[in-house]
Amino acid sequence: MTIFYILLIFIVIASLIAVETTDLLSAVICVGAMGFGVSLLFLFLRAPDIAITQIVVEILGLIILIRATISRDLTFISGDKEFFATIVSVAIVFVIFLAGLRVFETLPEFGTPVFAERPDTASQTYIREGLAKTGAANVVASVILDYRAYDTLGEATVLFTSIIGATVILRRSAKRTIDTLRPVSPS
Amino acid sequence: MPYALSFLLFVIGLYCAVVKKNMVKIVLGILIMECAVNLFLVMLGYRHEGVAPIVDRTHLESKAALDGFVSIAVDPLPQALVLTAIVISLGSLALMISICIRIYEKYGTFDITQIRRLRG
Repeated sequence: MTIFYILLIFIVIASLIAVETTDLLSAVICVGAMGFGVSLLFLFLRAPDIAITQIVVEILGLIILIRATISRDLTFISGDKEFFATIVSVAIVFVIFLAGLRVFETLPEFGTPVFAERPDTASQTYIREGLAKTGAANVVASVILDYRAYDTLGEATVLFTSIIGATVILRRSAKRTIDTLRPVSPS
Repeated sequence: MPYALSFLLFVIGLYCAVVKKNMVKIVLGILIMECAVNLFLVMLGYRHEGVAPIVDRTHLESKAALDGFVSIAVDPLPQALVLTAIVISLGSLALMISICIRIYEKYGTFDITQIRRLRG
């Protein structure tokens, strides 16, 4: 149980440094530390599939982010801060935090999931009949690839669309005038 | 208490996305919020002394063994949905960063307060 608190406090500190540092490359590296801490925490929360996926996504995301921040001539953040606006924003965010803490009183205690007391929930059905109906020993794999396969299809569609969008935005030869398209007449 | 810490992580990301003026910092804030929400959803399904939801051959021999496995396994449904959300966050990150790179090439800055001119 203490390992959760250690990892969570590590994640919170890493994200605080990432938010407050003035060097963009340091901020990106701190977000990478936060992501690997989250994947370690997923491993301790008995979710090995998500831990593996999080590590792969974290490495790819770090490569993308470093591509954006490295070799830019101004990676340092400068300029004066607007003091009053920052104070107001921090106050509003703090009030949101205090109001949100009341919600957690309505949830069951950490470590006692909701589905445990109800035998008719979908989770219990998946665990009970997952192997017999789909043939997958890993219940998570049987959920994403069989019970909710349309969800995974939608995920693949979203990923494909976003990659197409990124390719279109980053394409060099986007502007091509009429003159360059016209064939040169031999004369 | 772990719920509150993950919500604190979400609030840090929200602060970063609202207050900061650098575009890359805003993207990092959105990433932190995504991580916090994924963490909270997986925590909802955690059980003390639980095991990962992977069925063993010995669990299928009798109904009592299967019932025992159901009473110690963690919730597989949030894990499956969070798996989808993590992969989608990678796609949205690539899209946001490509927009940031394009704006940097056009205006020469990441600061959102200096991007005012509508140049054709």
